[in-house]
Amino acid sequence: MSTTTPVEMPVHKSQWQGSKKLVNVSRARNFAWLHVTEARLRNMMKWWGSIAAFGLGNPVLYLFSVGIGIGALVDANGGSTQLGGVSYLTFLAPALLTSAAIQAYQDETSFPVMEGFLWDKNFFAMNSTPINARDIVNGVMASAMVRTLVTVAIYEGVLLAFGAITFDVALPMFFSAILAGAAFGAVMMAVTTFVKEDDGFFAIVGRFVIAPMMMFSGTFYPLESMPSYLQWVGWISPLWHGTDLGRTISYGSPQQPWVTMFHWVYLTIWLAAGLAFAYRQVAKRLSA
Amino acid sequence: MIIARGLTKVYGDFTAVDGIDFEVRKGEAFGLLGPNGAGKSTTMKMIASVSKRTGGELTILGLDPNKRGPEIRAHLGVVPQQDNLDRELKVHENLFSYGRFFGLSRKFLKNKVEELLEFAQLTEKRNSKAEELSGGMKRRLTIARGLVNEPEILMLDEPTTGLDPQARHILWDRLFRLKEQGVTLVITTHYMDEAEQLCDRLIVMDKGKIMAEGSPADLIKRYASKEVLEVRFGSSKNQEVAEQISHLGHRTEVLPDRILIYSENGEEDLQAILKMGLEPVTSLVRRSSLEDVFLRLTGRTLVE
Repeated sequence: MSTTTPVEMPVHKSQWQGSKKLVNVSRARNFAWLHVTEARLRNMMKWWGSIAAFGLGNPVLYLFSVGIGIGALVDANGGSTQLGGVSYLTFLAPALLTSAAIQAYQDETSFPVMEGFLWDKNFFAMNSTPINARDIVNGVMASAMVRTLVTVAIYEGVLLAFGAITFDVALPMFFSAILAGAAFGAVMMAVTTFVKEDDGFFAIVGRFVIAPMMMFSGTFYPLESMPSYLQWVGWISPLWHGTDLGRTISYGSPQQPWVTMFHWVYLTIWLAAGLAFAYRQVAKRLSA
Repeated sequence: MIIARGLTKVYGDFTAVDGIDFEVRKGEAFGLLGPNGAGKSTTMKMIASVSKRTGGELTILGLDPNKRGPEIRAHLGVVPQQDNLDRELKVHENLFSYGRFFGLSRKFLKNKVEELLEFAQLTEKRNSKAEELSGGMKRRLTIARGLVNEPEILMLDEPTTGLDPQARHILWDRLFRLKEQGVTLVITTHYMDEAEQLCDRLIVMDKGKIMAEGSPADLIKRYASKEVLEVRFGSSKNQEVAEQISHLGHRTEVLPDRILIYSENGEEDLQAILKMGLEPVTSLVRRSSLEDVFLRLTGRTLVE
């Protein structure tokens, strides 16, 4: 169409049917969370290169430096007796896997919330359609899960290649890592809704939440070898619960069945509480 | 389409909207006019079924927005005051993605997106990221996005604020076409010319209340005279001169920078002023506008 002729209304090309005819409200409502998931994944695809590179580079770097480098030192000095009789690499693998899941979830639950309420304000755009707060939370969580599934699958592939885990435990470890990630992600999402201004929130989270959690959750050495007055960090942290669960699955580190059960329940409670909290917060902020 | 009775919104101890009544009929262009902070945007948010009213009644398309929000929103097109496009997505992806939120099929959207791109004159920009667009283009894209579900009611909050004159006229043209289409428009603005151009009927709001209601022509007839003579004597002398010429016209209004004389014949009054030996720095005779209506109703100008 040239610019000299007047631009015609859409209706002249195809009949304007009107939303009453066009929009199937119950369909739109039933799949609302999926439509949010779809939109999030569409955004994520813009970064798939970095997601894949990070997903692969992260485990390879960690396994070479910490797993094999420090591992050689630990194993040569008879450290395995304190690690339940396994090599340092085997001991470390479930922790790395769980923390990778948590990292992936953290990215995909906190950034979308910042974008949704502060940067692009696209949660408000979604909320001007049949989508409501709960759909947004569920959609963000579901898309974060897709990203984490990919990340954890790559990670497990690398762990298998390094001989850090065995094939038969890969699937159950997959679940424990995802659950720990989701538990953390749901709470992270709820917390991020409180951010009203973009002033170094991520630096604060990185320094005062993620870093201490990595250090004090029995990631690099057993939680029991820490002074008891610091062990509480691990008991709270979903990373430790996920890691301990992963270790039991991976090499059967001695554990009472009820402890295993407790890990699953604890993480599920985090997830449920985080979701409930996020539903409330997102709804509150959308209607303000 | 929309019925409000005693509609109220209170935030803490601040009453943003204070018991207003209005009705919007199918196919009309309805305007909410008023200065910033008058309660227009809050009213819009309640109609858009995202912010719950704290008092009174509100019915949209026969439904209660406090209870049936998503259902009502399925039939609305919303153009917020601030564009909330997805900056990372391309222009056409923005339209497609938004359409999916209504559960519209990919097949339908494929064609719809192309139509809307043409409508918004953005076909050539279809593959640009939204963040690369100019202000006017972003605005057009946001409006096009609001049409993806072929809404019963299109809501526009300050549609042309921040746009250059040419971009405004393109937008007005697009909105006019939609109106011809039978789409009900609800528009907020603090621009008088915009309200006069676009609205069949409007309410003038100030401090959460409705000051007047009617068509632009009605309101001008009711609250202003046929013509307005604007004279400037310099800010220090305006007040003094105003007293001398207060017998002219129906009414005079002294603003910091000028004197307004509401009359039936501005030219005659200007001659009378000159005969008195007064020499205005500048003078202008013009038709009365909604600006004058607002001034009359509130004692304040709209854009301060």
